[in-house]
Amino acid sequence: MPKYKAAGMTRRELYEHQQRRRSLIIAGISTICVVVTIIFLVPLAPGWEKVQKSFFNGAVLTKTFPKLLDAFRVNIMIFAWSAPAIAILGLMIALARDAKSPALFPLRIFGAAFTDIFRGVPVILTVYLIGFGIPGLGLPRPWNSPFIWGSLALILTYSAYVAEIFRAGIDSVHPSQRSAALSLGLSERQVMKDVILPQAIRNVVPSQMNMLIALQKDVSLLSFIGPVEIFRQAGVYKSLFANFTPYVGAAIIFLIVTIPATRYADYLMARQMRERR
Amino acid sequence: MLKLELRNVVKRFGENTVCNGISLGVEQGQMVCLIGASGAGKSTVLRCINLLEPIEDGEIFLDEEDISIPGLNPQNVRSKIGMVFQNFNLFPHMTAFENAILAPKRIRGLSKVDLNAEIEMLFERFELTERMHNYPDQLSGGQQQRVAIVRALAMKPEVMLFDEITSALDPQLVGEVLDVLLQLKAQGMTMVLATHEMQFARQAADKICFLKDGKVVEEGTAKEIFNTPKQAETKAFLERALK
Repeated sequence: MPKYKAAGMTRRELYEHQQRRRSLIIAGISTICVVVTIIFLVPLAPGWEKVQKSFFNGAVLTKTFPKLLDAFRVNIMIFAWSAPAIAILGLMIALARDAKSPALFPLRIFGAAFTDIFRGVPVILTVYLIGFGIPGLGLPRPWNSPFIWGSLALILTYSAYVAEIFRAGIDSVHPSQRSAALSLGLSERQVMKDVILPQAIRNVVPSQMNMLIALQKDVSLLSFIGPVEIFRQAGVYKSLFANFTPYVGAAIIFLIVTIPATRYADYLMARQMRERR
Repeated sequence: MLKLELRNVVKRFGENTVCNGISLGVEQGQMVCLIGASGAGKSTVLRCINLLEPIEDGEIFLDEEDISIPGLNPQNVRSKIGMVFQNFNLFPHMTAFENAILAPKRIRGLSKVDLNAEIEMLFERFELTERMHNYPDQLSGGQQQRVAIVRALAMKPEVMLFDEITSALDPQLVGEVLDVLLQLKAQGMTMVLATHEMQFARQAADKICFLKDGKVVEEGTAKEIFNTPKQAETKAFLERALK
């Protein structure tokens, strides 16, 4: 009697079972090799002790971590009001660029110019220009707050990207859906609102998740025009303790937020790929 | 008086003339079948009638009223003419019921209670009540196509257009959809079908038009077309189609 029958498996199952076991063993061994190499080799580097002291200082970390978390609340705040504004403005720009009525022609031009400009300029430049430029007009408090103009810079930049993603989403809905909706007597507007947009938005959720993650990180750019958020706070502690560990602490805090979000976005992407197949 | 009439309709896509002067009359309550090879212009004729495609030349009349005047708002016409497509084209993000109620809710301006009852009746009439709250991807092809028919009927159209509605179905599901057509015919619906179902056309159609290269080559009753076709092209097509 062949071996696979004795094990109660089909020939193919036995083969796949063996293959799986083999790859598990190889993956395990290679992971151990890499980890061991890092643990043993990195400390052998001549500057390791210095680096360890200035980047991975436990005492500094425990002292600054709670304050960094505190400063991170500023990031979350800016993120929380920017994200909805980006979603709304982005969708409006996307719709403006597809407007067909001749009366809306200026809107179309504006939409195109908007996306071209704000996708073409580095975020940090936009933050500088708007964040320093507009309060420079001599606006009274609180209208000269860098929170407002810094957020606006992020909103403008990200809306340009988000609008392009929404447009791709709208294009991804098959034209036959439009035909079907029109054939029922619905108006162009109703077709867009009831039939095309719900499908378009659903199609681009994973891509927009990635934009959210990028935004969460780019909020830190506002530190250049004033707000004391986590990156700036870490900089303050770096100077205070003459130690880089607060930056590592800030990185850890970012990762705590972004890794689950990234995983979730990847999961959504993978699910969408499966559904399309 | 003709319910629907096409006079010398010309439709071009760029250089490509798809309808080359099509004339066609449909009486109230008639079932007219358009037959012909793929690319003969059957689907395009239907899309033109529903104003999904603007026509280059000719006129289309509904109740002796020209509906093909350029610039005319097509919405009124479309809500009087229902259309069902080859690939169902149900809205995937809505349940069967939501698919059917969307357009009446937006356009017919009835109270929600009246409308709900009316749509439920439609689902009941076509034995889809159990499937009413399923999403399209939870339905078989035949069920999806029947829901698409219900969705079109929910607008209470005066004319129904069917664009090869059984072509995307597994053979064993074709019957249930064709049965719905017979049911509609019995109720006096005016219908125009583009179809490859020759046996069905032969049995059910009041009038058959054979299209080739964007022209009506021959038209007549099922008997005339199938038993004594006059044109050589009709004969050749039927020989191939019925083999």
